[in-house]
Amino acid sequence: MFADPAVWLPFVFAALMGLSIVIYVVLDGFDLGVGVLFPFADDDEKDLMVASIGPFWDANETWLVLAIGLLLVAFPVAHGTILTALYLPVAIMLLGLILRGVAFEFRAKAPARQKARWNRAFFAGSLMASLAQGFMLGLYVLGLDHSWAALAFGALTAVFLTVGYSFIGAAWLILKAKGDLQVKAVEWARGGIWGLILGLAAISAASPLVSTRIWEKWFTWPAMAWLAPLPILSVLLVGLLWAMLRRLPMEGDRLSWVPFVAATALFVLAFLGLAYSFYPYVVPEQITIYQAASAPESLWIILIGTIIVLPMILGYTALSYVVFRGKASLLNYDLIAEDPARDGKAALRPPR
Amino acid sequence: MDTLLLSRIQFAANISFHILFPTITIALGWVLLFFKLRFNATRDPKWMEAYGFWVKVFALSFALGVVSGITMSFQFGTNWPGFMETVGNVAGPLLAYEVLTAFFLEAAFLGIMLFGAARVPGWLHTLATFLVAFGTTLSAFWILVLNSWMHTPQGHELRDGIVHATDWMQIIFNPSMPYRLTHMLVASGLTVAFLIAGISAYRRLRGDRSASVAATLRFGLVLAAVLIPVQVLVGDLHGLNTLKHQPAKIAAMEGNWDTGGPRPLILFAWPDEEKRENLLEIGIPHGASLILTHSMDGSVPGLNDYVAADGTVLHPPVAPVFFAFRIMIGVAVLMMLVSWTGVALMRRRRAGVEGLPVSFLHVTVAMTFAGWIATLAGWYTTEIGRQPWLVTGLLSTQAAVADVPAPMVLGTLLAYLAVYLALILAYVGVLFYLARKAADGKPLRMMPASPAAQVAITAAE
Repeated sequence: MFADPAVWLPFVFAALMGLSIVIYVVLDGFDLGVGVLFPFADDDEKDLMVASIGPFWDANETWLVLAIGLLLVAFPVAHGTILTALYLPVAIMLLGLILRGVAFEFRAKAPARQKARWNRAFFAGSLMASLAQGFMLGLYVLGLDHSWAALAFGALTAVFLTVGYSFIGAAWLILKAKGDLQVKAVEWARGGIWGLILGLAAISAASPLVSTRIWEKWFTWPAMAWLAPLPILSVLLVGLLWAMLRRLPMEGDRLSWVPFVAATALFVLAFLGLAYSFYPYVVPEQITIYQAASAPESLWIILIGTIIVLPMILGYTALSYVVFRGKASLLNYDLIAEDPARDGKAALRPPR
Repeated sequence: MDTLLLSRIQFAANISFHILFPTITIALGWVLLFFKLRFNATRDPKWMEAYGFWVKVFALSFALGVVSGITMSFQFGTNWPGFMETVGNVAGPLLAYEVLTAFFLEAAFLGIMLFGAARVPGWLHTLATFLVAFGTTLSAFWILVLNSWMHTPQGHELRDGIVHATDWMQIIFNPSMPYRLTHMLVASGLTVAFLIAGISAYRRLRGDRSASVAATLRFGLVLAAVLIPVQVLVGDLHGLNTLKHQPAKIAAMEGNWDTGGPRPLILFAWPDEEKRENLLEIGIPHGASLILTHSMDGSVPGLNDYVAADGTVLHPPVAPVFFAFRIMIGVAVLMMLVSWTGVALMRRRRAGVEGLPVSFLHVTVAMTFAGWIATLAGWYTTEIGRQPWLVTGLLSTQAAVADVPAPMVLGTLLAYLAVYLALILAYVGVLFYLARKAADGKPLRMMPASPAAQVAITAAE
């Protein structure tokens, strides 16, 4: 069946779109989460929190543009249907992304007395975007239905995803911060882990209940057997996180990367589960990826570009994470480059 | 108001707000590379100081451009689903190439360009600056390819009402693309030239006598003086291209109702679409014929040729196109006067920026955002001039709009407008605040002479 480009091209594009979404949810998830945690931090900590995501947030959001772009170019019919059905939450998410994106810059450049205002904008924007994304996830899982029950479920997933983002944000800070902020981040993560658990449980329970097709995909033999690792791994990861968060931070910063990696793995597993449930539909129960796909000759030309460019993108994204590896230090525009050994120390010194 | 008009206003508001910032970042990226290369060549700290100041403006502008750009990628779907459903086979790959080749490149290297100077070798920082500038320009290339194709489509065929690509080279190198792209890139250069000149003049007026401000003031004025005649030439060629491919737009720009010649160059008029004539017309005889056909009595297309037998109007709304075009030209004339006067003053007795009187500095400050006005006016001319088509001859604007209830569109439109207005005010305010801070406070952190001074460099804001 995969010999025909009209069959495998839409599948490949659905996979690429899925990859973009999952990368987006993890990467922008942690930086939105850091924004959601803003009110719990004091002023110096806020600067460090922003510094920990400053060099990355822009590239992180580009994955959203790529995901929506792939939906747009590969499945134009679905793109219109989904986005008109989600008109208001999309608008709220966009306003939120605008607010937080510009607050990054303004809070550092505007007069000091306005900084508190831009801090609030950063928090409000992050919160709006997270809630809107969670709400859209809920509506999508229930088939883009606008009944009261669906809206209520959407409100529930909005809260869960926001708390889930704040969890991965806290996990990011455990990795990137030290001292008091790291200790605080561990507390935040302990408080946020329930959002992740409840969110996973709610979506796992709801999607098979609203669709017999999804129910049968999961709960028939032998599918149950080879799908079992998904929930089992998820439970193990949650257990690992629970145990780790009671012990962190450790001597010599050991294992501070574990919460972030485990949270990422959980997000990926959750996504795989969803993808399995909804395949082959792109608009749940209405339009399949094969019905919505663009003409093969247009998909071909994008695929060629993607195959060439995607490894480069992954390469320089990795470069950026390598350049800014290690504990976050306050960002500055200092323009010295000749003496890396000394600069390493200089960069860690807080400005007074 | 109906959903169509509200959706159009909303998209116009978004794209107008968006284009302000790429117009700055496209050229400012290259200017920053120039500053960095000058520094690498001369080791004169004034260039690094200029880089340090303008890279902040770049970062701010870039952030505004990114977030307003994300909005637009969603609005194709939320408000204009007919666009992708009809021409998605052409528009999709072009947009995908923009994201894949340009957006990620800019976004990934921006972090290194802004914050990485102390973490990476000097060559890598210079390379990052280059790649960011290259990325913004590449992004402009792809989006202008798509926009130009919407004006002058070719290289496709219609199957069951859906556009299918047949020849990508023809699509990419469609007739208006080279002119529109060049026109926009030079517009970006002019916008940045006046932005740099204006902010630098403001700093001098605040008493900033640093070598770096003198250098950027001179740089801005000279760049403007060089680019403005280039832009006049490119604009003229672009106009001739439009005459060939979109005569109805030219008719609206000229305010010409009946085809024929000779036609005057109208300096001012009130085009009245009801009466189908111009009121209060003041013009230069033979002017339009001369500019458009390069002959005194050449024939100029008229709007009345684009009214169907049943009275359906197939030409763009006349007054907005007519006035937007004149505003663009008017600002261009001002730009030429100011930049050439500035260069002449600096050349007189070889006085340099010391030769610029206070009154001239005030004028330069007033011109800081002149590029924005000209760019917006130019885009209004060409985009409103494409109406009633979204894609010339293939898809009408009306056929593409989403069936979203009008009050919902009105609600989001008002929210966007409020946010955009606040952000423009904040942006302009912060630019002048940064200039004041740099001018009043201690000189910006300089390139240190000794390693010991490096520690002091850490930003204090």
